[in-house]
Amino acid sequence: MATADTIRTILAQHGKLPVDAATLNEDSDLYAAGLSSFASVQLMLAIEEEFDIEFPENLLNRKTFSTIATIVEVVTELSKDQQAA
Amino acid sequence: MDMQTNLLDRLFDAGLLIDTGVDGLYGRSGAFEDVIARFEALIARHAPEATAEVIRFPPGMNRAHFEGSGYMKSFPQLAGTVHSFCGCELDHVNLLQCMAEGDDWTGKQEATDVVLTPAACYPLYPTIAKRGPLPEGGGLFDLQSYCFRHEPSKDPARMQLFRMREFVRIGTPDDVMAFRSDWMERGSTLVSAVGLDVELDTANDPFFGRAGKMLGNNQREQKLKFELLIPVTSATTKTACLSFNYHQDHFGQTWGLKTVNGETAHTACVGFGLERIALALFARHGLDTADWPEPVRKALWG
Repeated sequence: MATADTIRTILAQHGKLPVDAATLNEDSDLYAAGLSSFASVQLMLAIEEEFDIEFPENLLNRKTFSTIATIVEVVTELSKDQQAA
Repeated sequence: MDMQTNLLDRLFDAGLLIDTGVDGLYGRSGAFEDVIARFEALIARHAPEATAEVIRFPPGMNRAHFEGSGYMKSFPQLAGTVHSFCGCELDHVNLLQCMAEGDDWTGKQEATDVVLTPAACYPLYPTIAKRGPLPEGGGLFDLQSYCFRHEPSKDPARMQLFRMREFVRIGTPDDVMAFRSDWMERGSTLVSAVGLDVELDTANDPFFGRAGKMLGNNQREQKLKFELLIPVTSATTKTACLSFNYHQDHFGQTWGLKTVNGETAHTACVGFGLERIALALFARHGLDTADWPEPVRKALWG
């Protein structure tokens, strides 16, 4: 299950952030915290692998990966949908 | 596709382009080259007064610079690397035998230190970074090079080897954004002056794969790339003939480009697809330049 802490752990491993991911709260703007375009792609691929989901094309955008809270919300929805399918 | 093939055939028949047997790899006639030369002179007349440093690189770049640029992260499908025979005499005999028998003879070809230039500005950034921090006011550069992209097509506007004229601005975010918006206006004026319909739109580069889909969406959302679209083979599906790109600090970070104050420099460029513009002119005004409308002839030939 996607929680803020699991996302934070993935972010620490793949986000290449100049700050410690543990210091980010759920609503912190990840791009303002230094998440680059390439790192957001790596984050996306790592999340797909961790939760065995696939982001549909319409969610492959900056908004989806803008905060920890948004990522948790999207991953939770996708996990429900894709398990049901 | 029919209209694309149709234009390509007409260009071959008129002798403006010369078929080499490979899609996207064409010879150019004197008349075709004259249009490109005249259009480049027109670009120079529309350029801002600030003097750009002119640099001409050959169409091959240092492989180490290519590797460092990150091009393979984004466009592995488009890159072209130069390989050469590096074997001994026996390998040579085998090579000739393979060739004679129609077998694969490329096994002993090894990567050289040269990669075909994918965009005119790629060799610039490491070159400028090597000079040290930029002077006060940053830098402005005028480039032109043949570029290679591996995307064979019957669409004459999608060549594998084509020329790109570029102006590149390196400096503070404000400087490079001002440069880009200035050129978006100048570009539209310049293309309208030769009787072509223009439309400016946000765009994204053809990044590879699903990850690329996300990079492309990000690029659009942030309005990092605009294109000037002109009808070439179709009035509905227009062709990008100029592009206006803001790279943020991507190349600045990659190569350690610094402003005079020691901050990471931002970069922006405007690129003219010279063959695409020539094709748009031939498609719009006809294949014989003597028949082009007087205002267009005057703009180009004076």
